[in-house]
Amino acid sequence: MAVAFDEMTGQDGTIRPAYKELSSWLGEVRPDVLDYRRREAELLFRRIGITFAVYGEADSQERLIPFDVIPRIISASEWKLLSRGLEQRVKAINAYIKDIYGKRESLRAGIVPEDLVFQNPVFRPEMNGQKVPHDIYVHIAGIDIVRVDSETFYVLEDNVRTPSGVSYMLENREIMLRLFPELFSRHRIAPVENYPDELLATLQSVAPHSAAAEPSVVLLTPGVYNSAYYEHSFLADKLGIELVEGRDLFVKGEEVFMRTTQGPKRVDVIYRRLDDDFLDPLAFRPDSALGVPGIMSAYQAGNVTLANAVGTGIADDKAVYSYMPEIVKFFLGEEPILKNVPTYRCREEKHLTYVLDNIEQLVVKEVHGSGGYGMLIGPTADKATIAAFKSKLKSQPANFIAQPTLALSTCPTCVDAGIAPRHVDLRPFVLTGKDKVRIVPGGLTRVALKAGSLVVNSSQGGGTKDTWVLDS
Amino acid sequence: MLSRTADNLYWLARYVERAEYLARILEATQRLTALPLAYVGESNEWESAVATAGCANAFYAVFPEANEENVTDFLAFSTDNPSSIRSCFEAARTNARAVRTALTMEMWDAINGTWLELKRYGNGPTSREELSRFLRWVQESSLLFDGSAYRTMLRNDAYSFTRLGVFMERADNTARILDVKYHMLLPAHEHVGGPLDYFQWTAILRSVSALTSYHWVYRESLKPWLIADFLILKEEMPRSLASCYENIVTHLDKIASAYGRQGPSQRLARGIRTRLQNSRMDEIFQTGLHEFIQSFIADNNRIGATVSQQYLT
Amino acid sequence: MRIQISHDTIYQYANPPAGVIQILRMTPRNHDGQYVSAWRIDISADCRVDAQEDSFGNLTHTFSVEGPVSELNVHVEGEVDTDDMHGLVRGAIERFPPALFLRETPLTAPDPAIRDFATAAKASAKADTLSILHALLTAVHAELTFDVDPTHAATTAQESFAIKRGVCQDLTHIFIACARSIGIPARYVSGYFFRNDGVVEQNAGHAWAEAFIEGLGWVGFDAANKISTTDAHLRVAIGLDYLSAAPIRGTRYGGGDEALTVRVHVDQAMRQVQG
Repeated sequence: MAVAFDEMTGQDGTIRPAYKELSSWLGEVRPDVLDYRRREAELLFRRIGITFAVYGEADSQERLIPFDVIPRIISASEWKLLSRGLEQRVKAINAYIKDIYGKRESLRAGIVPEDLVFQNPVFRPEMNGQKVPHDIYVHIAGIDIVRVDSETFYVLEDNVRTPSGVSYMLENREIMLRLFPELFSRHRIAPVENYPDELLATLQSVAPHSAAAEPSVVLLTPGVYNSAYYEHSFLADKLGIELVEGRDLFVKGEEVFMRTTQGPKRVDVIYRRLDDDFLDPLAFRPDSALGVPGIMSAYQAGNVTLANAVGTGIADDKAVYSYMPEIVKFFLGEEPILKNVPTYRCREEKHLTYVLDNIEQLVVKEVHGSGGYGMLIGPTADKATIAAFKSKLKSQPANFIAQPTLALSTCPTCVDAGIAPRHVDLRPFVLTGKDKVRIVPGGLTRVALKAGSLVVNSSQGGGTKDTWVLDS
Repeated sequence: MLSRTADNLYWLARYVERAEYLARILEATQRLTALPLAYVGESNEWESAVATAGCANAFYAVFPEANEENVTDFLAFSTDNPSSIRSCFEAARTNARAVRTALTMEMWDAINGTWLELKRYGNGPTSREELSRFLRWVQESSLLFDGSAYRTMLRNDAYSFTRLGVFMERADNTARILDVKYHMLLPAHEHVGGPLDYFQWTAILRSVSALTSYHWVYRESLKPWLIADFLILKEEMPRSLASCYENIVTHLDKIASAYGRQGPSQRLARGIRTRLQNSRMDEIFQTGLHEFIQSFIADNNRIGATVSQQYLT
Repeated sequence: MRIQISHDTIYQYANPPAGVIQILRMTPRNHDGQYVSAWRIDISADCRVDAQEDSFGNLTHTFSVEGPVSELNVHVEGEVDTDDMHGLVRGAIERFPPALFLRETPLTAPDPAIRDFATAAKASAKADTLSILHALLTAVHAELTFDVDPTHAATTAQESFAIKRGVCQDLTHIFIACARSIGIPARYVSGYFFRNDGVVEQNAGHAWAEAFIEGLGWVGFDAANKISTTDAHLRVAIGLDYLSAAPIRGTRYGGGDEALTVRVHVDQAMRQVQG
């Protein structure tokens, strides 16, 4: 594996311009001050109650995601490129989903194999021929970006179902502003605090035609036991909308209502953080107690907008991911601005052979997995794990893709031993409304806190950083 | 507002109030049992504590008989008892978490802080001193929450639902004490009563934090029928049934006027309040104190169900 | 044949729920060999019924009843003219290419036992798809005993296959699981079946499968009766499995203890005569 690109020191060992001020500040600040602020930050997070749940860990139902006080900095020009690329990518994704549930031209043209769509559990037959307002399926996207050198950003993963993490983008900034005002005075940093307004504007812009002039928007959460519940309540609060659970809503005459102390009130737009499977026991999993019975009939009648639309998983499935460059070209007639990580589709015999032969150098991912589960990191895995993965690969090759082990860029990070480089990724959030695409300059930077680790997922010991996009 | 939000606020307040009440019962019982037998008689006060807490069925499903150790544990720390102090704080915090956006920061801090602090007590205090401190802390936490709500909440429907929770729970609690101890309060007791009853009476007043105020109101030594009057009919006494219903009616009226519509809850509550206002203690004794309390508990439950149906579901 | 249907689904609630919402797939459409001359749905409670078409082209009716509801009767009746098309389904609404129907669902996912069974049936037949499907039809029918007791609406093909028992729904799921496992698109059909043994009162609708054969199109296979579909079959809804073609899917709010009675009357209508 190549030596990782450090975003502060760069390839030649000199401090890169965007990090000049931060670097000198890090030189000035006393370690005990930094440490003190670090603990203060943790206290603040705990006090506010920003927690997340880790599945499968009984004793840690609520945990804090570690927060690193050293910001990650992106220059204005880098951001310009990123945001152009993100907008392009999300446009293509929307066009692709519309096509999959509509004319299916991309299938006929052989851009994406038919079986990958039709036999994919995330393809929702229920969406076939379904009109959605303004042809927008993905209103909120979280695109995971990694960087490997000073020029190259790769899209690692598209998250276009119910992406989470934006509350950390907002809270990390608030906490940094409180703890390090002096550091802010030395930079010109683009604000992110307008995200909730942008999100609300986006959601209101896609209200159904039958909605009142002031559409009623709600956020649908699976409930307090969901790992991202904090974020749901945080966002509902910032947006000034009701945070509802399935049982707060009901369907009558193809319209959705919420139960209020003053009787039923119609709902027009649902920012739902509940997976497709659980949305409607009359259409999907019949055992779901989290959803709203009949909501799909209201949706199909066009009386409610779901954001994101149902069935968007067909665009962010790991198996479909590898076709994204072709999808961008096919629907937009443009070269993709953001590259994909080179990906081997194990469903193709040639690729499978290569993957089996070179597994020690590759990252193998389960096509339908997420959160870093069901993943093999070749260079660090032991022999037994590799052998187990090889046999899984041979028996169900179509379930896997593989990618070269990327040397993710590193950023200076506070660790027990002091300040050291740690690998990071970036999840910016892209909002698509009727009127325009909105991208707040910033995102969630996740950092792998263990030395050498490439796994940034919060469920596996990753932390977060504030992400600064310089204004000039 | 969402019905569920109102429901969560209502239950949040109820559970906090209940926790405080349980702490008072335990405190009063502890005091009573600390007295030499000659002063309190042979009755098992722990048994009566379980009954007053309203969880006798759940308790005897686990324990054959009541004693200090198992009652303290059951009412204060047991996770098997959905109405133990610990379970109340857990439930209060779960409700709070579900409606965080409807709480003020101070309210959230109060309940979340209580919950975090609760964890430090682990499986419960190991000594009597520690238990006393714990029971004090429970009452202080409840006061802190109540005070934050009172001081920081907007005076809107959310506030009214919170207060409704407080007063319905409080009415229920006071009625339960009366239900268990009514025989100590019958006028006949004046003659048979001795020092034995005196301490029972003080314990009753203590469990509704009204020992001092009794003297302020009546300027008399403890008389059972006056205690009954105090706990049932005196609107000045904040835990009396009359005072609770004064507040319940006020808040239901506020909700009705904010929504421009009234319903069965308002009618029922006014009916109960009128009955309390028009009752005199001697009449109540005549028709039967126990019957009166039982019918009040039934009414109070009915209004709980009606409020729930009209607003909370 | 002119088939006459009268179908009652009656829910009785000991503890009346605050509301009930249901989606019905109980209205047949026309295609070659099937013409609906009269059809109606009556809901015993006051409610608005909204008609839609689902993604498979089935007609759906959605309604919600505000409670308390102590009894609810969904009554369906109608008459349909059918012709024997020897199993061929033509002129029906097709919203998806056959490839969609290779999709696994939780109810139809095969396990190794089902895969092996399908492979064996395939090996026993001539190479053409039609012969394979007929072999499969015979094999499924022979392998399973019709038994209403051990299975229920949520029984999977794997569960039913393991105990070798089931009702028409289970046999159909197994047939579908087998067909898909050997690469033949297959789908679920819910409908009615006219019995020629004189029995007109039935306690459920019927179910069978359709499989796609290149050159022929969709062909109906009724594993419970070991036949290709005929004019005795009245086709109502199709889907990937029972769930997506179910005559009724519903939820009630609150309440408890519901008793369900289903009465299906399938008869041959009297020929109309002049005068």
